[in-house]
Amino acid sequence: MSDAIIPEREVEEQELYHAKSWWTEKVFSQDAKIIGIQYFCTATAIALIGLVLSWFMRMQIGFPGLSIISEGFYYQAITMHGMIMVVYFLTALFLGGFGNYLIPLMVGARDMVFPYLNMISYWTFLLACLVLVASFFTPGGPTGAGWTLYPPQAILGGTPGQESGIILMLVSLSIFIVGFTMGGLNYIVTILQARTRGMTLMRMPLSIWGIFTATVLAMFAFPALLVSAIMMILDKTLLTSFFMPALVEMGEQLSYGGGSPILFQHLFWFFGHPEVYIVALPAFGIVSDVLSVHSRKNIFGYRMMVWAIVAIGALSFIVWAHHMYVSGMHPYFGFFFATTTLIIAVPTAIKVYNWVLTMWRGNITLTVPMLFCISFIITFLNGGLTGLFLGNVIVDVPLSDTYFVVAHFHMVMGIAPVQVVFAAIYHWFPLMTGRMYNETLGRLHFWFTFLGSYLIYFPMHYLGLIGVPRRYYEMGQTEALYTQSAADLNVFITLTALVTGFAQIFFFINIFWSRKYGAVAEKNPWQANSLEWRTPSMPPSHGNFGKELPVVYRWPYDFNVPGAKDDFVPQDVSNSEVELAEGYEGTEIKAEQT
Amino acid sequence: MIAFVMFLVVVGSIVFHLLSPWWWTPIASNWGGIDSILQLTFALTGFVFAAVIGFMIYCIYKFKKVPGRRGDYEPESKKTELTLTAVTTVGIIALLAPGLVVWDEYVTPPDNVMPIEVMGQQWYWSFRLPGEDGILGTSDARNINDENPFGMNPNDPNGQDDILIQGDDLHLLIDQPVKVLLRSIDVLHNFYVPQFRGKMDMVPGMITYYWFTPEKSGEYEILCAELCGVGHHAMRGFVSVDDQANYNEWLSEQITFKESIESASLNGNNYAEIK
Repeated sequence: MSDAIIPEREVEEQELYHAKSWWTEKVFSQDAKIIGIQYFCTATAIALIGLVLSWFMRMQIGFPGLSIISEGFYYQAITMHGMIMVVYFLTALFLGGFGNYLIPLMVGARDMVFPYLNMISYWTFLLACLVLVASFFTPGGPTGAGWTLYPPQAILGGTPGQESGIILMLVSLSIFIVGFTMGGLNYIVTILQARTRGMTLMRMPLSIWGIFTATVLAMFAFPALLVSAIMMILDKTLLTSFFMPALVEMGEQLSYGGGSPILFQHLFWFFGHPEVYIVALPAFGIVSDVLSVHSRKNIFGYRMMVWAIVAIGALSFIVWAHHMYVSGMHPYFGFFFATTTLIIAVPTAIKVYNWVLTMWRGNITLTVPMLFCISFIITFLNGGLTGLFLGNVIVDVPLSDTYFVVAHFHMVMGIAPVQVVFAAIYHWFPLMTGRMYNETLGRLHFWFTFLGSYLIYFPMHYLGLIGVPRRYYEMGQTEALYTQSAADLNVFITLTALVTGFAQIFFFINIFWSRKYGAVAEKNPWQANSLEWRTPSMPPSHGNFGKELPVVYRWPYDFNVPGAKDDFVPQDVSNSEVELAEGYEGTEIKAEQT
Repeated sequence: MIAFVMFLVVVGSIVFHLLSPWWWTPIASNWGGIDSILQLTFALTGFVFAAVIGFMIYCIYKFKKVPGRRGDYEPESKKTELTLTAVTTVGIIALLAPGLVVWDEYVTPPDNVMPIEVMGQQWYWSFRLPGEDGILGTSDARNINDENPFGMNPNDPNGQDDILIQGDDLHLLIDQPVKVLLRSIDVLHNFYVPQFRGKMDMVPGMITYYWFTPEKSGEYEILCAELCGVGHHAMRGFVSVDDQANYNEWLSEQITFKESIESASLNGNNYAEIK
């Protein structure tokens, strides 16, 4: 029986920096796992602000007669909700949170390669969050320019928060990018350089492939946002005209001239579209791993899945202007960007097929993480298919800037990734805390979240189909368009959103209660194969693994290997170590496939 | 349980789609082609949605955990993957090809098109028709002042007979194709009439356009479809599609740029001073 050849150790292991006090162990920690959890907590806290803002705006949309909030605050709420959820919540959570927690454990490293830089990255992120939140307390409040911050409107007087809110927003984004660059370099170098022996790139779990590709995208995409933020700060403060043409504001000639508002849109979406995949690719990866473990079957078409992630990542840089079909850019761009956009649907569709085919002929355990994987597939498929409407340039014309768009992107990059976040948290909760979550609360949370969010966003597409524009404080009297029944539908959506939002309490109760009082988790409770479950202690201590780093002999998806006694073979078990099933003594285990 | 609920989700979504009272407004322009492609996309994506979720329901029902049973060991199947890729590609082409054909029409106005200008500013609409010469005069945001709210170039002979409509509805002649030239003097706006299906941003510093033929008379509401500040939702207007007689009557009541300048100087302003 031949085992794959494992390369010799090339460099001696270096001792990690071990914390000497409570402060350096728990607060200014250099341990990627603690930094990951710090990212989780900060991102979740700021997401709660985003959630509450969404309740305000939903109340206004559902019950415009009550005038609960002013026009200005409505626009501030939609702006801050959008930016918080996309950048400060999802990006930070997937890359800062899961990236930090999972990368060293899954590739078999003791920590990130630059632990100190990693720590600074988190504190810079926290500073960015504080600057953002500070804008609520400045004169004029936060910016109400819409999360896309389109100039000229973003820095002119007709928009709330133009006194200082817009500047704080741009400064906060810049700080975020600086902090993220530090973390991102760390993730890339760790994945490329610190994998344990035997962990070839094609044996990496798809979570790591997703996080890796997303980080590379972020390294290319965020600079575009950074330069546009700096240029807009200059336009606002020094009256330069990068994005500002000659214009007349409320009858008054302004000194700007010669700039291009469309230039900003190109820069913004050159960042903004890869940003969608910066959130989606880690979600794709994580859901693949969780789905495979709970279906007790290898991920279907692993190599295709890897190449699909890479292809989507590469293509995501040449589709950005599909956000700008009706922006006034040259109409011939429409042909090019519609074509590239629909091409990207092919690798994305392959991923969906392969997830479903992973479940086919498996032995599916309907645990809470698995339920969230299933709801991810439904919501992602739904949101992906409506992408075919909006990506096809002519179909986008009547639908763009309506609630169809709002429903589409919430389904595909709001709800779907959040289902993965929950799947992942429930899946790795035993690893992070050493205890099991409460099953009943988990299931309650699942049903409210999945059905609630589907009921919010599925009908919302039809408001867009009627032609109801997004970002309207109120629709007012528009009989042909906004009938009584459409107003009633908005009431229904608002009530569902409130219930679904409040139902997240089940999640928080579960997490806080179970981490103290939950049943003690057995080792590797899901019988998974990847290395994070092979640590000597649970939760893993600083340095992750025991005296020796694990050596990897196979891909992480060896479920149901013919001849093996158990239905799973972990990555660090060599062929000769595999316990054989009865009747298979003396036979050879099939070598791993990748 | 989950399989059953998923079944309800799929069936419910399709039933909702078929019975929903919320559907697009009756079309009043020539862009029925857009509606047809929308229908095609609904049919195709609806089928894929039902098929994929249906297959997943089958898997959950059929391969739910049985203690002692084992799943298959099949890392990949080239044949399945290639077939699925090919089928998907065909579906994508079926959507994209007709879409691009209609987009080509959308960005290529016909020869007999009449140019009109829609101008947006926070937070109302103004309109300009080319007058008897059929040509719109040039304009510049720098020319804008109280007497010249459109920023017309006073020396351009083409602009003298342009008809200016401020604070009033736009009227269009039925079955006459129009090329809407879109101009903004402050921030982004978007000239959107749901019944015409068309849409395009108005960007300060440049002129954008789209075209359509109004085919059904009536009065339609104009909505702004690009966030333009706190008054965005209140930036409304009306466009009325008239038959020839009504259109002519309305047209005869409008004033030209030249007349508006003259009436301004009658009010005691010397035009040279304005300039």
